Amino acid sequence: MRIKHVYLAGVAILAAATLTSAVPGGGTVSGKITYEGTPAKQKPIDMSKEPSCAKQYTTPPTTETVVTGANNALENVVVYISAGAPDDAAPSQAAVFTQKGCRYIPHVLAFQVNQPLQVVNDDQTSHNIHPLAKVNREWNKSQPPGTPPIVDKYDKPEFIPVKCNVHPWMHGTFAVLKNSHYAISANDGGFALPNLPPGKYTISAYHESYGDQSQEVTITGSETKTINFVFKAKPY
Amino acid sequence: MRQMNTSKWFAGIAILLAMPLVVSAQQGESHIGKYTGNAAAGKQLYYRYCWGCHGARGDGTGDNAQYLNILPRNFVAATFKCRSTVTGTLPTDEDLFNAMTRGFNNSNMPTWITLTHQNRADLVAFIKTFSPRWKTEKAGEPIHVPAEPALTVESIKHGSELFQKLECWKCHGQEGRGDGPSASTLTDSNDQPIRPYNFASGSRFKCGATNQDLYKIFITGLDGTPMPSFADVIKPEEAWDLVHYLRTLQVTHKSPELTLWMSTKEGAEIVSAKRTANTPTGSGIAP
Repeated sequence: MRIKHVYLAGVAILAAATLTSAVPGGGTVSGKITYEGTPAKQKPIDMSKEPSCAKQYTTPPTTETVVTGANNALENVVVYISAGAPDDAAPSQAAVFTQKGCRYIPHVLAFQVNQPLQVVNDDQTSHNIHPLAKVNREWNKSQPPGTPPIVDKYDKPEFIPVKCNVHPWMHGTFAVLKNSHYAISANDGGFALPNLPPGKYTISAYHESYGDQSQEVTITGSETKTINFVFKAKPY
Repeated sequence: MRQMNTSKWFAGIAILLAMPLVVSAQQGESHIGKYTGNAAAGKQLYYRYCWGCHGARGDGTGDNAQYLNILPRNFVAATFKCRSTVTGTLPTDEDLFNAMTRGFNNSNMPTWITLTHQNRADLVAFIKTFSPRWKTEKAGEPIHVPAEPALTVESIKHGSELFQKLECWKCHGQEGRGDGPSASTLTDSNDQPIRPYNFASGSRFKCGATNQDLYKIFITGLDGTPMPSFADVIKPEEAWDLVHYLRTLQVTHKSPELTLWMSTKEGAEIVSAKRTANTPTGSGIAP
């Protein structure tokens, strides 16, 4: 229940971020992300070395490197405009990344360059937050239970894998983006980029295991264009 | 005629090449105490002493790198373990100078104390030319290390509580032998396996030998490794307590901390048990 709340709050923040610099009544790009082939089977996570987390689950949660839905839907894909949109000023509202039950919520967190990032530890154990940035600065901070959120920001766009060295199963992604037009595919693979001013855009889709792909689209008015992405799934 | 043209052309190129050098003279320098290092001088030394491991481009892929299981530092990425600055920032010139002087006793990086101070300062200046980070960022602010308070048994005991509370044992093990429950899974930022420090070995720390060095290690973290920064979660006076306790985990290394700890009944029992048992522990869950 709590997880759902945090998740909803995250969605609300993302939605708010998307609205800030968009043009109401503009065009929309929407579509569905699917995969073809056989995705790697997600394994149950053995949290026995961290009892305070293990006891939160009746059945062990699985890894999240590939999360799928019905009809080959692919979740957790970051859809964003990689070219054609101006860089947007960062919203002042923080993007929140929560550690709960020794997992990252959300698994993929998208936010803008220079937008405040808040990392929260809801667990009764110490985590270390280690975003493996290559373009941005790589830092690594310890966060014992009950300590205040870690606040930071990134000044360059980058997809950054995040890990906790203490709990090797914990993996997540920061998607640091240049503008406010982005979405993360839901469990049905669906996404929508609303309120786009007229123009020619390169729409890109990024998945942590399957990489990046792009398509061009031209928006002329308040139309809705459909774009679908298909990722080739790898069985390992 | 043709020769003349060519030489003019070369002269032109030389002037063009020299221009940015003049502009960026500051960038080609390092400052360590009274020594000012010069990148051009450092370049000569680098291609004599360093490139075999660190590579011609400074990216850590020299010919010898393939034989090393702790990879040479990649100066292009410019992520450094031993810093006096906060996590995620560039080290100071002095940090690089000290690391080079000291060497890393767990790896193939030797001490370069054989080179003069000036040589080492020159090398620091040259190493900084490999990464674009040095052009856009300044070195981080060195952290403030307050004066070390008097060593007391209470300080050691409190440090021991912190060791539990901050869950240092998850990697370093309950007895500090580097065998905690997460130890075997650790990798560095290049996905290379890496071991947590084993205090019982008594060997020198990765980033120095003094109590001040130890203080800096856990406050700044060792960037590029699993060792995080504890700057935001330990108060300065508590940090010294942790230093005092960590010294007592070095059961084979003589220190004032160990001597004081062993003068208490409790400490003497713990230390002698550790010395005699000498069995790896900490693979299970903490009590």
